[in-house]
Amino acid sequence: MRVKPKKSRFEKHHIENFIGRAYMSFCVLLLIVIIVSMVYFVASKGIANFVSGEVKVSDFLFGTKWSPEADTPSYGAFPFIAGSFLVTLLAALIASPLSICAALFMTEIVPGWGKKLLQPVIELLSGIPSVVYGFVGLSVIVPFLRNTLPGQGIGVAAGALVLSVMILPTITSVAADALASLPQNLKESSFALGATRWQTISRVILPTTFPAIMTGVVLGMARAFGEALAVQMVIGNAPFVPRSLFESASTLTSVITLGMGNTTMGSPQNNALWSMALVLMLMTFVFVLLVRMLERRNKI
Amino acid sequence: MKPRTADKIATAIIVTFALLIVAILVGLLGYILIRGMSHISWDFLTSAPQKIRAGGGVGPQLFNSLFLLVLTLIITIPLGLGAGIFMAEYARPGRLTNFIRLVVEVLSSFPSIIVGLFGLLLIVNTFNLGFSLISGALALTFFNLPLMVRITEQAFRTVPKQQKEAGFALGLSKWKIVTSVLLPVALPTIITGTILSAGRVFGEAAALMFTAGMSSPRLDFSNWNPLSPSSPLNPFRPAETLAVHIWKVNSEGLAPDALQIAAGASAVLVLTVLIFNLAARYFGRFIYRKLTASKRMN
Repeated sequence: MRVKPKKSRFEKHHIENFIGRAYMSFCVLLLIVIIVSMVYFVASKGIANFVSGEVKVSDFLFGTKWSPEADTPSYGAFPFIAGSFLVTLLAALIASPLSICAALFMTEIVPGWGKKLLQPVIELLSGIPSVVYGFVGLSVIVPFLRNTLPGQGIGVAAGALVLSVMILPTITSVAADALASLPQNLKESSFALGATRWQTISRVILPTTFPAIMTGVVLGMARAFGEALAVQMVIGNAPFVPRSLFESASTLTSVITLGMGNTTMGSPQNNALWSMALVLMLMTFVFVLLVRMLERRNKI
Repeated sequence: MKPRTADKIATAIIVTFALLIVAILVGLLGYILIRGMSHISWDFLTSAPQKIRAGGGVGPQLFNSLFLLVLTLIITIPLGLGAGIFMAEYARPGRLTNFIRLVVEVLSSFPSIIVGLFGLLLIVNTFNLGFSLISGALALTFFNLPLMVRITEQAFRTVPKQQKEAGFALGLSKWKIVTSVLLPVALPTIITGTILSAGRVFGEAAALMFTAGMSSPRLDFSNWNPLSPSSPLNPFRPAETLAVHIWKVNSEGLAPDALQIAAGASAVLVLTVLIFNLAARYFGRFIYRKLTASKRMN
């Protein structure tokens, strides 16, 4: 039998390897191209108004008057920025205690069936689409607020309530992971010293896992900040800085949602909406940065 | 206060809050399903929506949602698998890998409305594809790709190292190891993750409003030529999905039964997501048994 002595560079497995590697590198490259072009396109549209001198950056960020259709139009986006931050912070304030309790329930109080009960609940809650949350908010929370509290029901409070339910699963799952990965001996030594469960939770478990739990809170806030439709449906969409929680207001996302379809591309009003999109994008970077910082603290 | 009393009170509060979350979910699902179910009928699921009169259905929207999901998965799965396998098996720890990881993280945390706006700018206007199914599918790809990459990477990382080393010891090429040793073991996890992400795609609205559009042309369900403008299969026609329809009916609906339509459509949406969730669990286990001959999935 003759054996081929020459070893070709182009054997079948070499070619396969090469094609596989090339294809995978292409996929990764595509990811990078997508994100670079995303940042580039949104940023170039977002700064168009500032470059052309139509609007000053300070007027846009801190101006409280949004009247793009007036004779002397003004594009102050402060009411929307304030609205976004307000609903996000409120939602996080409502959701964090609930989520942390749920995570403690799953990992510390009844680790067996607690996890079995809450895990599917969390998964289902995170699977419900945001428009459905908006619809339920509009048909349950808004009438409830209208009947029990002053105001029309729509407003910051309704938006924050809807958002808080939406970010519950995010915070809970991150917090539960953090609690579950805590070394057992920390807890055990605390119990051995005679501490009760609550003493162990409040003085050992929570302080140790604090950065990791905060990661979950920040991720939840990022989701709340960027959520568009559910908030838009319940917040009322008035372009003013809210003076009370039960007053109609707007967020960056709700203004973009409503305005983008009704304005012509390239007009100053449309460009102002793109500037808001740019603010949203920059906030996303801030949230990612925060998460990274917290994760770094968590490692040490 | 005595530590014991404090412990009891704290435990009670934690249990109450945890059960409150369960109650919220039960209430939510119950409300959506009970309110919506009474409105769901074969007619509602198949007939076209009415602008001003009552009695419109969501037939075209339901079809659009499913078709868009299929298109999105066709584009996303190969790309996500490629990038995910690269991250798990090929990327060496270093600056470049860290950068790619950051890219995936940022891309997955972009608000979906930003993805939609980017789609409007790049695909709809610059590529001139207009409000169409294909624009929507591409926007959803941007939205879903980072998730798919993560799912694939994690699935590949859970494969025991010995299997890979055994493959190398037998002299297999890297490509052979990836495709015929690692992929079959990782596949159940990937499928489960993909079905779950499909649920997310199915309910997405903000990314689609400005890419797939908010209108649905009259569809002729007997015309299956993908190039004809009235054919449901034509990827270049505008397509309002179920989720977008719920939003539109709620915020600018003129039909007198707008709330019922929204309730019915919400119930359909939630039911579909529930089915996806159950399917993900069941199917993952089933495939795992088929491929590995063992009973349990880790």
